[in-house]
Amino acid sequence: MTDWKPSADLPTLRARAVLLSALRAFFNSRGVLEVETPLLSAHATVDRHIDSFRTEDGRWLQTSPEFAMKRLLCAGSGPIWQVCRVFRREESGRHHNPEFTLLEWYRPGFDHHDLMREVAELVTALATALGRPLAGALDKLSYREAFRLHLDLDPLTADIADIRAALGRAGHDTGDLGGPDRDIWLDVAMSLAVGPRLGLESPCFLHDFPASQAALARIRHDDLPVAERFELFWRGIELANGYHELGDADEQRQRFEAEQRWRQEQGRDVPPYDQNLVAALAEGLPACAGVALGLDRLLMLLLGKGSLAEVLAFDSGRA
Amino acid sequence: MATVSTNEMKSGTKLLIDGDPYSVIDNEYRKPGKGQATNTLKIRNLKTGRVLEKTLKSGDTIESADVEDKDMQYLYNDGEFWTFMDPKSFEQIQAGKTAMAESAQWLKGEETVRITLWNEVPLVVYAPNTVELVVTETDPGLRGDTATGGTKPAKLETGAIVKVPLFITEGEKVKVDTRTGEYLNRAGK
Repeated sequence: MTDWKPSADLPTLRARAVLLSALRAFFNSRGVLEVETPLLSAHATVDRHIDSFRTEDGRWLQTSPEFAMKRLLCAGSGPIWQVCRVFRREESGRHHNPEFTLLEWYRPGFDHHDLMREVAELVTALATALGRPLAGALDKLSYREAFRLHLDLDPLTADIADIRAALGRAGHDTGDLGGPDRDIWLDVAMSLAVGPRLGLESPCFLHDFPASQAALARIRHDDLPVAERFELFWRGIELANGYHELGDADEQRQRFEAEQRWRQEQGRDVPPYDQNLVAALAEGLPACAGVALGLDRLLMLLLGKGSLAEVLAFDSGRA
Repeated sequence: MATVSTNEMKSGTKLLIDGDPYSVIDNEYRKPGKGQATNTLKIRNLKTGRVLEKTLKSGDTIESADVEDKDMQYLYNDGEFWTFMDPKSFEQIQAGKTAMAESAQWLKGEETVRITLWNEVPLVVYAPNTVELVVTETDPGLRGDTATGGTKPAKLETGAIVKVPLFITEGEKVKVDTRTGEYLNRAGK
C-alpha cells in the first residue's frame, strides 16, 4: 500500500506555501480585506451544471463563497478576498478534484475590464514569486472573436445546426449530445475546439459571453446582448471566472427560479437558493466586479505539472 | 443489458457501440466552469483495431460489451481456422484470419495464448510477448563478426521473417519480442 503517501512531492508543497504567502502580500498591499465565510450552509447554488454535496443534516457544502461574500459587500465591507476550499460533486479528472482551493475576490467600483487587469497583475506577481516569471503580457479576446478565430463560427448568431456543422468540420464526433439545448452545444464547442486553443503561450482572457450564459453577470445590451463575464485560460485550461456583478434582486431571484425549474425538469437535485443573498441585494450591492480563480490549477501550470493530483497534498483518491 | 456510465469508464472498459465491441483507451473529463461537463473517450474497435474519439455528456451511459480475456492453448491450424483449447474445460474454439492477424506468424503449437472473446467468439488472439523459434533460412553472414551490429533477414520455423545479427546461423534458436517483431537474443539450441 502506498496510498498513504502524498500525491504531490515536497518541493511542490513548499511552492504552494510560497504561493499562499505571495497572495496575502498582494492583497494586503492593495488594502483588500481578507475574510472567511461558512463552508456549510442551509442554501446552495442552483446553477444547472454545478452539483453540491449534501450533509446528513440537510445542509450543503459550498461550491463557491460567492453568496456569503456578496452579503458582506451589501453590508458595506468594501473590497474583500478569501482563499477557501470548495466542493463540487462528480467533478473528477486530470484537471478536476471534487474538493479544491478557490481564490475569490470582489472590487467595488471595478467593471470586468478593471478586474481582468488586476487578475493579470496578480498572476504576474505569483509567477514571479515562484521564480517562474511570465514571458509576456496576458492576451484578451472576446468570446465572439475566439469562436470566429478557432471555429470560424459566430457564437452569438449561430443556430444548433451551424454549431454542429462547425464541430464536424473540426473533426469532433459529438453525436446528438447537446440535443435541443443551444448552450450545451456552445459548451461542447468551447470544451473541444475553442478552449484547448486559448492561452497557448501567455494566459488569455475571454470576455463578453453570450447573454444566455450570464450566470450572475450583468447583461449589456449592445446590438446583440452579451454578459459582462470573463474567464482566464492558460494552455487551454480554464483558470478563472469573473463577472461585472448583477445587483438586481428581482432579476437574481428570477434567474435562481429558472435554474431550479430546469433542475426539476431534468430530475436533478433542487437545492434551496440563497434567500439571504436576494434580501441583501434588495438592500443594495455596491457596483462591483468579482472573480474566482482555481489556485490548484494555477499552481499546476506555473510549475509545469500535468495533473491536479501532483499539486494537492492528497488528491481525492487518497483523501 | 448491463450499462456503464461515463464516470465508470476506465482504460480497458469494454463497450458496445453500433453493434461493435470497443475497448476504452482513455477517458478525458472536461467541464467549462459554468457549463455542461463532457467525457471524451478514446476507444479501439476490437474487430477492426481502428481507434476513434467519441464525446458524451457526463453521466450518459453506454451498453457494456460482453468481452472477456481467456488464456488458451494453441492446438493446430487447418489452413482456414486456428483451433484453441481451454486447459480447464478442454472446450475447443476456432479463430479466423482476422483474429489471428497479429499472432499467426509467431505460433507453432502448444503455446498458451491470451484470447479476447466477445460473446464466446475470438476477436483477437495475442501471441506470448516473447517466443523462442528456430531459424530455418538465413544467409551465412560473416562468421566471427559479432561486434559491428549489422543485421540480416532470417526466416523462422513459423514462417515469420525477422532481422537478426550477422552471426546467427540456420538451426539456431532465437528469442523474439512479438510486440515489436525484434530479435532479443540467442536462445540456445
